[in-house]
Amino acid sequence: MSDSLKVPTMASYLAEGKQPEVLFWVGCAGSFDDRAKKITKAFVKILNNTNVDFAVLGTEEGCTGDPAKRAGNEFLFQMQAMTNIEVMNAYEVKKIVTACPHCFNTIKNEYPALGGDYEVIHHTQFLKQLLNEGRLKVEGGKFKGKRITYHDPCYLGRANGEYEAPRDLLRKLEVELVEMKSCKSKGLCCGAGGAQMFKDAEKGDKEVNIHRTEQAVDVKPEVIAAGCPFCNTMMTDGVKNKEKQDEIEVLDVVEMIANAEDL
Amino acid sequence: MLEFLPQVLFTLVLIGAIIFFAKNVSSLKRNINLGRDVDRTDQKDKRFKKMMRVALGQSKMVARPIAGILHIIVYVGFVIINIEVLEIIIDGVAGTHRIFGFLGPVYDVLIASFEVLAFLVLVSVIVFWIRRNMMNIRRFLARELKGWPKNDANNILYFEVVLMVLFLTMNATDYQLQLLGASHYASDAGIVGSFPISQFLLPIFDGMSVGTLIVIERACWWLHIVGILIFLNYLYYSKHLHILLAFPNVYFSNLDQLGKFKNLEAVTNEVKLMMDPNADPFAEPEGGDEEDIPEKFGASDVQDLNWFQLLSAYTCTECGRCTSECPANQTGKKLSPRKIMMDTRDRLEEVGKQIDKGEEVSTDKQLLDDYITREELWACTTCNACVDACPVGIDPLSIIMDMRQYLVMEQSAAPAELNNAMSNIENNSAPWPYNQQDRLDWAKEEA
Repeated sequence: MSDSLKVPTMASYLAEGKQPEVLFWVGCAGSFDDRAKKITKAFVKILNNTNVDFAVLGTEEGCTGDPAKRAGNEFLFQMQAMTNIEVMNAYEVKKIVTACPHCFNTIKNEYPALGGDYEVIHHTQFLKQLLNEGRLKVEGGKFKGKRITYHDPCYLGRANGEYEAPRDLLRKLEVELVEMKSCKSKGLCCGAGGAQMFKDAEKGDKEVNIHRTEQAVDVKPEVIAAGCPFCNTMMTDGVKNKEKQDEIEVLDVVEMIANAEDL
Repeated sequence: MLEFLPQVLFTLVLIGAIIFFAKNVSSLKRNINLGRDVDRTDQKDKRFKKMMRVALGQSKMVARPIAGILHIIVYVGFVIINIEVLEIIIDGVAGTHRIFGFLGPVYDVLIASFEVLAFLVLVSVIVFWIRRNMMNIRRFLARELKGWPKNDANNILYFEVVLMVLFLTMNATDYQLQLLGASHYASDAGIVGSFPISQFLLPIFDGMSVGTLIVIERACWWLHIVGILIFLNYLYYSKHLHILLAFPNVYFSNLDQLGKFKNLEAVTNEVKLMMDPNADPFAEPEGGDEEDIPEKFGASDVQDLNWFQLLSAYTCTECGRCTSECPANQTGKKLSPRKIMMDTRDRLEEVGKQIDKGEEVSTDKQLLDDYITREELWACTTCNACVDACPVGIDPLSIIMDMRQYLVMEQSAAPAELNNAMSNIENNSAPWPYNQQDRLDWAKEEA
């Protein structure tokens, strides 16, 4: 494998008069947050390795507006949305994949009312499609037989009804999948949604992410698998708070697939 | 003439109860219509199916098996035993006794099933009372249930116990009277009805005279039907309206993906104007009248919410499944989605009472701050667990969002850290202070 990632931009595609198969929406966390960047890179490795014809918006991408909307700032949300829609419609984008459930939900559900109609899929759904098409091969690898629990991101699970794609990928890795007390439609939030990521929590007995981490620790996993950069941060902090970082890793599903293959 | 007195009296009581109920229903409708408009008339087929599945079929109740199954027993009992109430009303008005008795074996099966259901309802209601008052179940101990809500919940349970006991006692004395061959009760065709439960009460009435038994039977009959009519009119003053409103509430509930939050059209028009370089800022708004533009963004009081949200406030029966799934509530924050619904209803009632008195709606109090605090609103993670948990399609999150919109867009009153994140989004298109021009830097880093 070469060490460098191939990350073409929509602008470069347009310059060549081509359309990629899919636009990879990286998102703010995936672009700037050190932990989330690893998830972005793991996904790109798989895209490169499976020869998926994709492109990113790069510097033309901007926050989808999700945190602004959930905070109640509809003005700012719609400004962000319309700017992004203008850019994507100019590139005639049809299909979007993203590793962030918040970007996924916002573009999929809230952009159509503002003129942005795209097929939007979460990266776990995209990887499952690649598997089904035989373009991606996943076998046990280094996670085979390991005890893994999967944390449902609210905006992928309850908000959009996708519970199985990430679990199917984990099953392909031949892990021992164990469910937490609250899972799937009853999945407990990590505490980051609704713009909580960007503010201090209100007074209470404990932080939501600690509560969720306790549920995860209860099932004694070796890895907590996540599908959202914000959940990842919250669970990583929770595991550190419980001083379990030497026993429990927090990984995105796509990182597990990339690691299993030693990409 | 005197022989018709019971019939006349009953008819008057019945008409009185119906008039009073109709008056309550019209207050309810008027209050719900204080809300803003929202279109929920689409996809009628899908709505009807959801109503049959969720309201009639109780599909969400069994997510919690114990409470769910007990509730289904009480619910089925309530619906089926109402067939008997129909007979009681006809008997009361016409002066007949067990008018459906001519159905013969079918009638026996009906009465037998009412009896079995009445017994099961009695048992379930007693278990409900024990759960509510003796077991430390967290959702029944929350601060919003202190005082009237707790008494209200128990009142309903007492009501049901009394009604079921009256019903079974009435049947037992009736059975005894039939066995004794009392006129007006006994029939040439043999025993009318079948009494698998109340037969066990017969020893209590052994040796009583026909006269005494008739007094007991009539007393039970009257107390039972008057009790039902009182219960019907108690609904409006209690949390128990869900037995009626669950159906329209599920029918009109949101059918979209839970993650799709509504688009504020008024904002869309303004943002389009701001972003369109060719727009004339002094142009007449489309449609030509100012009335299209709402007076304010978001909600600070009940009139700013839509009618579906207000219908939901009356539908909520305070079961607390929403609150017990809420991550903020589970970790000790003040937010309780159930309280959001109760506060909305209580404020709406307050506004309704002012209108009843012919007063202007006072702005001394409002939903925001006087009922729902900012601390509650800002604790929400918008995770939709409350919405998913509600067995009757209530969406407390939508009220939280409308109130956040008011705080942010009308009052610029977001928490300081959120204001930072939002100015970052505005300035550099990310919630953190990174330059948009550096957005692709990760691609140049080591893989």
